[in-house]
Amino acid sequence: MSAQPQITGYDAERIWRDFPILRRDVHGKPLVFLDSAASSQRPASVVAAVERYETFHHANVHRGVYQLSQEATDLFEKARERVRGFVNAAASREIVFTRGTTESINLVAQSWGRTNLRTGDEILLTALEHHANIVPWQLVAQQTGAVIRVVPMDRRGVVSLESFTAQLGDRTKLVACAHVSNALGTVLPVREIATLAHARGAVVVVDGAQAVPHQRVDVQALGCDFYAFSAHKMYGPTGTGVLFGREKLLEAMPPWQGGGDMILTVSFEKTTYNALPYKFEAGTPNISGVVGLAAAIDYIESVGIDAIHAHEQRLLIRATDELLRVPGLTIIGTAPGKAAVISFTLDGVHPHDLGTILDAEGVAVRTGHHCAMPVMEFFDIPATARASFACYSRDSDVDALIAALGKAREVFA
Amino acid sequence: MDLKDLYREVILDHNKSPRLFGRLDPADTSADGHNPLCGDRLHLSVRLDGDRVSDLRFEGKGCAISVASASMMCEAVKGKDRAAIRHLFDEIHGVLTHHDAPIPEDLGKLAALAGVRDFPVRVKCASLAWHTLNAALERSAEPVKTE
Repeated sequence: MSAQPQITGYDAERIWRDFPILRRDVHGKPLVFLDSAASSQRPASVVAAVERYETFHHANVHRGVYQLSQEATDLFEKARERVRGFVNAAASREIVFTRGTTESINLVAQSWGRTNLRTGDEILLTALEHHANIVPWQLVAQQTGAVIRVVPMDRRGVVSLESFTAQLGDRTKLVACAHVSNALGTVLPVREIATLAHARGAVVVVDGAQAVPHQRVDVQALGCDFYAFSAHKMYGPTGTGVLFGREKLLEAMPPWQGGGDMILTVSFEKTTYNALPYKFEAGTPNISGVVGLAAAIDYIESVGIDAIHAHEQRLLIRATDELLRVPGLTIIGTAPGKAAVISFTLDGVHPHDLGTILDAEGVAVRTGHHCAMPVMEFFDIPATARASFACYSRDSDVDALIAALGKAREVFA
Repeated sequence: MDLKDLYREVILDHNKSPRLFGRLDPADTSADGHNPLCGDRLHLSVRLDGDRVSDLRFEGKGCAISVASASMMCEAVKGKDRAAIRHLFDEIHGVLTHHDAPIPEDLGKLAALAGVRDFPVRVKCASLAWHTLNAALERSAEPVKTE
């Protein structure tokens, strides 16, 4: 987040044209894609990079002495370095490729958690977490006897540092929190949380899936120990994710999965494990996915992450203003610091019906509990509709959403 | 795809003013239905007179399709015996899941539910109440899932 982001030169129309899928129709209407928080679309450059890899360079990585294997390995390792630079990790050894944010968090839970958590130790979560940052901790709590505590949020969806501090204790061994809430849009003060947690000797795991595509992330500046994110929410392919971990911690952790690539030597008596990050990358990885992720980072940097952030923030403000003018509409999640995610309900229209009606108008929004059932319970609602924005979102998308909501009110008048 | 096929007048009407809404206490049998995808929940309480459903009520929260389906179902099955309800269940199931299945004439206003079949992700909303009734009649204690 730069102090004075430049947005005057932002050409959303040009960026929109970089994403071929956005040109298609749905039910005879132009597609208006407002579900990027679930999975963003990919620019032509990412599709081309993956195709180029599949067409000309594919072989298994870290195995062959032949040319193709060397090319694939080079692309794979260059991508790791690209990711390292993008989130400013100290070394590419700290970048582990996974299947996604969920697997990254499970890796920490099973490897760090099972080794370090004891009966009565506390795992501190926040009330707005995605199921992917709840269930892995419940599993490891069952395995180790550790206890889960939850930092509450207020009616705006804000997790304050005061309430965080109140839950932090001598038994807190691990803090796991979202950087940005997928259901509410709330941006959490991760840097301050990490400072407070470290003062108590706790390890800090951040679910960054909803942050990395929308704002500059510097894992060293944030001071967290682990940071997880997914390629497919940042214009890259599905099935590819990243776990950043501080080298010292990763070094001390046992492997999570066993197999090829994560070993140095294997006999039936004993195996010695490979160095970082390969110790955590058992089996053939998603090479084309990783190549696509590097291309996605190239794309983001060609537009500029600060410019994307500023553009999305402008859309967020505009969409919020317009939505609040729709009679009967309530925005769920009104934190002062939000990413471009707007959850809402409309009086008299169940979110599921809303989703169907908007879809008939070509407008794709997410409806449901957003894999955050505790959040829905907190607000005493079964579900919300959620519109989320990305670098390719335009003012006309907001207009289309508002018009489609008018249609929904008509049907349910 | 026409929204009017899905949100027909009779569906919107039953959503707005659900019939037989509430809970029978005591009831002879009951069941809970839950659609985890959209969070729809309903509770069905049933009074039996031998083989016949003499009275029933439903309560819960859900989308228009699931509420209307429950409301229309309750109206339709009240007073019917198990065999007649089974027959109706099979007909509704066929109408919801087979795109080209002819709509049986004896369905009456339940035929309005046929519009759902052009919206595959919404079929579970329409069938939740029916599966819940089945469970109640089988005196199943387990919550029903349409997942």
